[in-house]
Amino acid sequence: MKTLILRWLPNGRRTVIGIPFTFLLLFFLVPFILVVTISFSQQQLGVPPYTPLTTLKDDVYSIALNIGHYKFLLQDDLYFATYISSLQIALVSTLLCLLIGFPIAYYIARASESVRGTLMMMVMLPFWTSFLIRVYAWIGILKNDGFLNQFLMWLGLISAPLRIYHTNWGVYIGMVYSYLPFMIMPLYAHLVKMDLTLLEAAYDLGSKPWRAFIEVTLPLSKNGIIAGSLLVFIPAVGEYVIPELLGGSDTLMIGRVMWDEFFNNVDWPMASAVTCAMVLLLLVPMALFQHYQTKVLEESKR
Amino acid sequence: MNVQIQERSAPAAGRQGKGFVQVIDVVKKFGDAVALNHVSLTIEKNELFALLGSSGCGKSTLLRILAGFETATEGKILIDGEDLARVPPYHRPVNMMFQSYALFPHMTVERNVGFGLRQEGVPKNEIAERVNEALDLVQMRRFAQRKPHQLSGGQQQRVALARSLVKRPKLLLLDEPMSALDKKIRQQTQFELMNILNKVGVTCVMVTHDQEEAMTMADRLAVMSEGEVVQIGGPTEVYEYPNSRFSAEFIGSTNLFDGVVVEDEPDHVYVEAPGLPARLYINHGITGPLGMNVSVSVRPERVLLSRAKPQQPYNWVQGAVKDVAYMGSYALYRVELGNGRMVTANVAGLVLSQGEAPSYGDEVFVSWSESSGVVLTK
Amino acid sequence: MIKPSKPMSVSVLGLGYLFLYLPIILLVIYSFNESKLVTVWSGFSTKWYATLLDDDELITAAWLSLKIALMTAFASVVIGTWGGFVLARFGRFRMLTLFTAMINAPLVIPEVIQGISLLLLFVAMEQLLGWPQGRGVFTIWIGHVMLCVSYVAIIVQSRVKELNLSYEEAAMDLGATPFKVFFVITLPLIAQALISGWLLSFTLSLDDLVLTAFLSGPGSTTLPLVVFSRVRLGLNPEMNALATIFILLVTIGVVAANQYMRAAERKRAREMRMAFQSESTLAETDNSPVMARQAEGASKPALLTRKGVQS
Repeated sequence: MKTLILRWLPNGRRTVIGIPFTFLLLFFLVPFILVVTISFSQQQLGVPPYTPLTTLKDDVYSIALNIGHYKFLLQDDLYFATYISSLQIALVSTLLCLLIGFPIAYYIARASESVRGTLMMMVMLPFWTSFLIRVYAWIGILKNDGFLNQFLMWLGLISAPLRIYHTNWGVYIGMVYSYLPFMIMPLYAHLVKMDLTLLEAAYDLGSKPWRAFIEVTLPLSKNGIIAGSLLVFIPAVGEYVIPELLGGSDTLMIGRVMWDEFFNNVDWPMASAVTCAMVLLLLVPMALFQHYQTKVLEESKR
Repeated sequence: MNVQIQERSAPAAGRQGKGFVQVIDVVKKFGDAVALNHVSLTIEKNELFALLGSSGCGKSTLLRILAGFETATEGKILIDGEDLARVPPYHRPVNMMFQSYALFPHMTVERNVGFGLRQEGVPKNEIAERVNEALDLVQMRRFAQRKPHQLSGGQQQRVALARSLVKRPKLLLLDEPMSALDKKIRQQTQFELMNILNKVGVTCVMVTHDQEEAMTMADRLAVMSEGEVVQIGGPTEVYEYPNSRFSAEFIGSTNLFDGVVVEDEPDHVYVEAPGLPARLYINHGITGPLGMNVSVSVRPERVLLSRAKPQQPYNWVQGAVKDVAYMGSYALYRVELGNGRMVTANVAGLVLSQGEAPSYGDEVFVSWSESSGVVLTK
Repeated sequence: MIKPSKPMSVSVLGLGYLFLYLPIILLVIYSFNESKLVTVWSGFSTKWYATLLDDDELITAAWLSLKIALMTAFASVVIGTWGGFVLARFGRFRMLTLFTAMINAPLVIPEVIQGISLLLLFVAMEQLLGWPQGRGVFTIWIGHVMLCVSYVAIIVQSRVKELNLSYEEAAMDLGATPFKVFFVITLPLIAQALISGWLLSFTLSLDDLVLTAFLSGPGSTTLPLVVFSRVRLGLNPEMNALATIFILLVTIGVVAANQYMRAAERKRAREMRMAFQSESTLAETDNSPVMARQAEGASKPALLTRKGVQS
């Protein structure tokens, strides 16, 4: 309607939309369809390491769908435990991020205007440095003879080192550390936009600060909470590096299982099937994210 | 009401010629919503024509159609005899001064003003010459090297004007030209803008929601409402002789009395309004049957207040003063009639100072002369 | 104005930043540790930096990573800007929902998923077309571009959205064709978003491990792959040294960029104040809403963010 640019060149418009569209289609959507297809084929030795789905033999064109991988995924207890454990680890990490991130975002948003920018820059700064390095940094802290245990023992709080490295706790800490800014960013954006006279009005009407927080601030930052939680939860479910480096051999996560199927067992069809299962797990949160994004888009149009 | 009514000696005011700009039966729909409903207008050469209406009345849509940013669903637009329907905005002999001015923030004043000429491939030295000329016209030459953010609002407006005039468009569009300015400098800017426009002699269409602005600046104006043109005419004509309740109430404020025509002669009309003690007498005829429902509009500044019953047998009513607002040069009275209706009257300062001024609660008579009422049939 | 309690604010933020920075600070300090045991301090030494310089595998990998990061940053800015502009200015068109979904999804989708799906695509393409032959720089490049395009597109989209449409309309009104409007008006006005997008893509690409693991072939080992293979085995003081260099460069870059942007903003604000005061010929004050609007829109401190750029 308002976007008249290139309306005068109807073909130009189509080309301009078409080129990035095709790029995304080719490198985003088509690969997905391939993953689904290959999850129905079988492992074989050779290049590529999977059998074709369709064969043409004696003029008979036949399609063979091997649903064995899915059957296995549904029946095997270990896989089931993996789904549950992935979701649980992601959920706990998200909640921890929210609990830690909200107060930080809140106080940054309420800080004086002159320092807000610097404070936010300081939140983002570590995350411009390598993700790998940041996770690596925690190994030195969490190890049995690491800095944390040295410190706690020096304080005399514990006599034997705590086992955190190579446990789920290590994974939680790593996740929170890595994903915290993704929580703080949207929360901050919502909190800083909030009209403070609303709080003044609430106080004026006799609301105590904590009531005003519960009844005014929290509902107004709802969208920020949703956005932040999804930004943490979805990638956390499929995380590979953190459980690999900080988790134990018993830390079951779906991204790790898929990686092992792919690289260690060279079972591409099985890895594809696991990927499909992961997508299914994430379908609801991703749909929510998409819904939220379009909502933001439409709001900004007005 | 301090509407300024001002006769301008513009060459084409009121005259109906062939029309330099012709808007013929234009319809614009956005989906199911109708933004313009069969609008037709004729604008004469060198005329300053205002589209006046509240937001959402379609005036901006019409302006954007003239500029080429929107295409009309139906109808035709002719400028200087040329149909512009298929001409893209960048090939139209039409330029616009935007409401926000839309000065390119990354270019200096000079480059902003020269932008349009550069698109046409005008030779460099000619560009420089014409840019300087345009900047001289708006007295902004000494700011040529500044960036837009280094200018005040009024200065930005003048640069925007220079930029839209430098290409010598056949039609200049002004989108709410004063709305971004501080109230204090608005009036002076209006006169400056009119002077410049008269000097260069360009046909203008201006969009505004501010009726004072339209009355001050325009040679003629079109009052628009809900996608339709309600009335077209010179400022005085529209103010003094509104053709509808909408026009009467939108331009200035007015008192409306609803009634029925009981006598209709070529030189006068009697209207009987329920609840009023006397009949309404207007010294012009109307076209319409007896018994027709009409409204009579009486401007507050035409209303007289007195303690004694007026001599005339018509055009009076009795009431009690409910509100008095002192406005400086005049006072605004609100008088409650017996039936609960309110009548507004402007009483000039001179009258007030003569002692007799009624105050809150006083019983007064409201009256007006036979030439003060206007009969509205729609 | 309602102010939160100062002690609470200071302690929450203090603890928060301690959490964020302590690991990094320890990492840097122990890069100067003489002992091979990373967590036991035995004396100051820069020997791990020297080792780093002799580490051919690492240096080769670093050059390759840098090369890929540069290529990725340029390509993603071009494609991402294109996509973001289409999203912001082309209104509704068929498949818009699919288009938006494809732009947004890579922001959150786990990298392992993108990794395996792109790999399967390249393998299938090789079978069908005989190209690309094997995996290497090219496949990594495409993968990284896919990773970064979304970020650029979203940054650009939100910047274009807040850009007043009338700039583009004014240019067109003055005779510039749509193509020219984009390059002469739109692009310069969103330059800051492009720079943010470029930097973001550059660092994302430099840092990426998972996608690269799927898409790299023999002879195309990037820096994160080398680092990961060593870090997996446990602590390694050489990695501390590498991390320190990395952190130093990034910190300098981000702080400098931030300072520069803020200085530019302050200058702008000062000039606008002066323009205000200069209007003495017409009236004492001219508190025009246009100027206020420009001040907001023109130079948003582009917090160079990785995720959460929407909102």
